[in-house]
Amino acid sequence: MTAPGPARPDRRLLLSGLLFGVGAMGAVDEIVFHQLLHWHHFYDRAGGDAALVSDGLLHAVTWSVTVAGLALLADVRRRGGFAPRTWWGAALTGAGAFQTFDGVVDHKVLRVHQVRYGVDLLGYDVAWIGAGVVLLAVGLALLARSRTTTTTTSADR
Amino acid sequence: MSGVVLAILASAGLLYVLAAVDLRWSPLRTASWLAGLAVAAGGLTGPLAAAHGDLRAHLAAHLLTGMVAPVLLVLAAPVTLLLRALPVRRARLVSRVLRSGPARVLGDPFVAVALNVGGLWLLHVSGLLGTVAHSPGGHLLVSVHVLLTGWLATAAVLAVDPSPHRRGVVARAVALGAGMAGHDVLAKWLYAHPPDGVTNAAAGARLLYDGGTVVHVLVAALLWRQWYRSRAAVRDAELAARPAPV
Repeated sequence: MTAPGPARPDRRLLLSGLLFGVGAMGAVDEIVFHQLLHWHHFYDRAGGDAALVSDGLLHAVTWSVTVAGLALLADVRRRGGFAPRTWWGAALTGAGAFQTFDGVVDHKVLRVHQVRYGVDLLGYDVAWIGAGVVLLAVGLALLARSRTTTTTTSADR
Repeated sequence: MSGVVLAILASAGLLYVLAAVDLRWSPLRTASWLAGLAVAAGGLTGPLAAAHGDLRAHLAAHLLTGMVAPVLLVLAAPVTLLLRALPVRRARLVSRVLRSGPARVLGDPFVAVALNVGGLWLLHVSGLLGTVAHSPGGHLLVSVHVLLTGWLATAAVLAVDPSPHRRGVVARAVALGAGMAGHDVLAKWLYAHPPDGVTNAAAGARLLYDGGTVVHVLVAALLWRQWYRSRAAVRDAELAARPAPV
């Protein structure tokens, strides 16, 4: 461990939000689209073995980063370094980035599975990727605002 | 055959209790050890172990023997107890073994997890399961192997007992995540490509996936809790929480 500079807690706060955001988005996908709506299935015959590998991998990654993000959050709070706006900004950025990645790379580039089957996909894809982009934009905007407020408060000190 | 297994597990419980009695050892750790042995006994000898060809029963036994029992056994910190219970000269011998080259390689979380998940893949995808499932000796041998590699992997990730070459929390979390990925992909693979001659393949694959998720997330939580309570993290937090000198 290097000497804790003033930037360290802030970086840990950002990382915590990002990891949690990615993980939470994965959980939302599993709960809403697999369990509640049944649009997605445990195994898609259409996707083949690539889908199976990517689904298993994403499942492991999202759960692992959720736990790691929460542990870092607990540590940041203990240090008294919790800034809600920065954390939510990072969390929404992580969630939006994951959603956009899933919509563009998994659905469209690799075509491992689709948002829904037996329907015209265009609207669903626009909604899926659009939601990701909106989350990403809101997250980045929050981060930008938190940055300016932190700079002013630290300048006041 | 299962009598021998039960006798070995019972003596492991007895030895642990005898060693713990004199040492003001945590009753929680003792309870964890006994519970781990009981779960292992259930997976190795119970009705689940006897249900040949039923993939759901087989994978339920796997979850108990290869995942739940190892977590409980690791949390009991048996090596720490051994080192404290033995006379100094013998304890030194044990710690020399722990520091040896082979122990270092086997105890590396990436190696241990790869052995564990690799064995699981080999057993289920190569058709080996069908060959050994019908000979009781072979089946028991495989189950004991599952218990030992699961234990090794969990011990390497959680590092509750002293390990001379312990890796940092991030490396251990990544090893655990990689193991979880291999495990999840296998569960989906079994769902999509059920092995020949087994029943309840789909239900078994779902059980492996869901049960594996629960245990893996629990182990991840234990790992990060250990980091949160570690001395370095506490010291850093105290330094950071102290008001900055003006």
